[in-house]
Amino acid sequence: MTVAETTPAGAAAVRRRASATKADNIRFAKLVVFINALVPGAMLAWDWANHQVGPDPVALTIHTTGMLTLIFLALTLLVTPLKKITGFAWLFHFRRMLGLYAFFYGVAHFLSFFGLQENFHISWTIHEMIARPFLIIGSLGLLLMVPLAATSFNWAIKQMGSRNWQALHRLVYVTAAAGAVHFYQSTKADKRLPLVFIGIFAVLLGYRVVVWAGGMKKRVRRAA
Amino acid sequence: MADVPKIPSSEITPEGVYMNRRTFMKAGILAGTAAATGLAYRAFNHPPLAPVKAAPLAGVVAASGPADSGFWTTEPRTPFETITHYNNFYEFSTGKQEVAEAAAGFRTEGWKVEVGGLVSKPRTFDLDDLKKISPPEERVYRMRCVEAWSMVIPWAGFSVSKVLEKVAPLGSAKFVAFQTLMDPQRFPGQRDRVLNWPYVEGLRMDEAMHPLAMLATGLYGRELPAQDGAPVRLVVPWKYGFKGIKSIVKITLVEEEPPTSWNEYSAEEYGFYANVNPNHDHPRWSQATERRFGPGGSYKEQPTLMFNGYEEQVAGMYAGMDLDVNF
Repeated sequence: MTVAETTPAGAAAVRRRASATKADNIRFAKLVVFINALVPGAMLAWDWANHQVGPDPVALTIHTTGMLTLIFLALTLLVTPLKKITGFAWLFHFRRMLGLYAFFYGVAHFLSFFGLQENFHISWTIHEMIARPFLIIGSLGLLLMVPLAATSFNWAIKQMGSRNWQALHRLVYVTAAAGAVHFYQSTKADKRLPLVFIGIFAVLLGYRVVVWAGGMKKRVRRAA
Repeated sequence: MADVPKIPSSEITPEGVYMNRRTFMKAGILAGTAAATGLAYRAFNHPPLAPVKAAPLAGVVAASGPADSGFWTTEPRTPFETITHYNNFYEFSTGKQEVAEAAAGFRTEGWKVEVGGLVSKPRTFDLDDLKKISPPEERVYRMRCVEAWSMVIPWAGFSVSKVLEKVAPLGSAKFVAFQTLMDPQRFPGQRDRVLNWPYVEGLRMDEAMHPLAMLATGLYGRELPAQDGAPVRLVVPWKYGFKGIKSIVKITLVEEEPPTSWNEYSAEEYGFYANVNPNHDHPRWSQATERRFGPGGSYKEQPTLMFNGYEEQVAGMYAGMDLDVNF
């Protein structure tokens, strides 16, 4: 306890300062997450600018952006279980940003396929996308993220009501599953890495099923 | 409140200094975490490592034959760096850009190639015997991978037929089966059953006897680097790259179509013939175009040619065959 806290006015000032510091810390932590999430994309761009993208820049870019999409989807889905386990409510401050990064890298993934592999050729791209099941599934995953990104602002949450908003944002579970399956299907023979992602998403989605089933049981008991 | 310790005013950090220290710490955290993330990214996506050292190959002669022989092309060559750092060689690694590093210490001393089966003079060749079969001939072939990328590669070696003639095939021999070394000590990738090891491949007898079908022992006038299939590999330029089995230890002439690794892995994706065919798509991607790796790290999407541009030389062998069924 410091001397300042001995007077009521001093204590209020300390509380104010403490809450200002807390807000400041959260703002700073968000900045750290924002910058770190941008680093892989920035480095990929840097490598392009310096001709360090290896023998097959197209495959490298498509693969890297795809991996980043899955990583950020996993991080987004990790927030809720991690908060429940640790009790750290401040983790929620990062969830929206992580989700938006998943969308950002997902769009970059599609654009690198469309631009670098298909040379912005719309009819080739459509032809390919219809002909290949793994592209249909991947596109579905990405498309389902569009409404989520579009309603990721406070204003949208207020307009929709948090219940509706939450229901809509459960679509991310479908996106995660689609992303993992898309990765599995697109891999030629060494399926180990896709299986790792399938395992991670199975745990993250399984956790929600368990929580939901637990809630159901409670509701049934209460009704009886 | 009497026990509140008195802090000498000299020990109280002035607010300005305190704020500066905070700013400094924040900058440190930001830079530190960003650097760590950057290093993690680099661990996965790093630029190619040191250039490959390969000894010059003695006595290489230019391929003879007119332009329509298929033995050479004037198309721009893919750089040595690309050919040696972008390899499908699962015995070392399933990452194309990881193979060079994994193959760096591979040694081929005492290598032997056993040629037998339906032949009247079975024989085991060591590397010196192979060199005596024919002076290495430089042939510039297009290489079309089933993954829809392609290269132009100056190989050195000789026609498969030269080896087969040495062992006098019997009339009953209809196919030639090839096998890669099985040695998980030297091929760490063989510890993981991604494919059913050892890698095996096969050709029909007439395909194996075609002058374009080649056993390569060199690349760009140098000894064949390990990542490209040292010491001896098959090159069949009108077929997808996976037919070009690497690090061969056994060649067996047989009566029935032999099993082949990728066909065993997934028969609807990879056929026994695996002739380059822009009209027969892989189930997961189109084979109509290919990404050609050119000089200076350039790449270009271009149409894929029937039989990889060797139609004139090889189409006769497949006359009357439905290439959509026998893909």
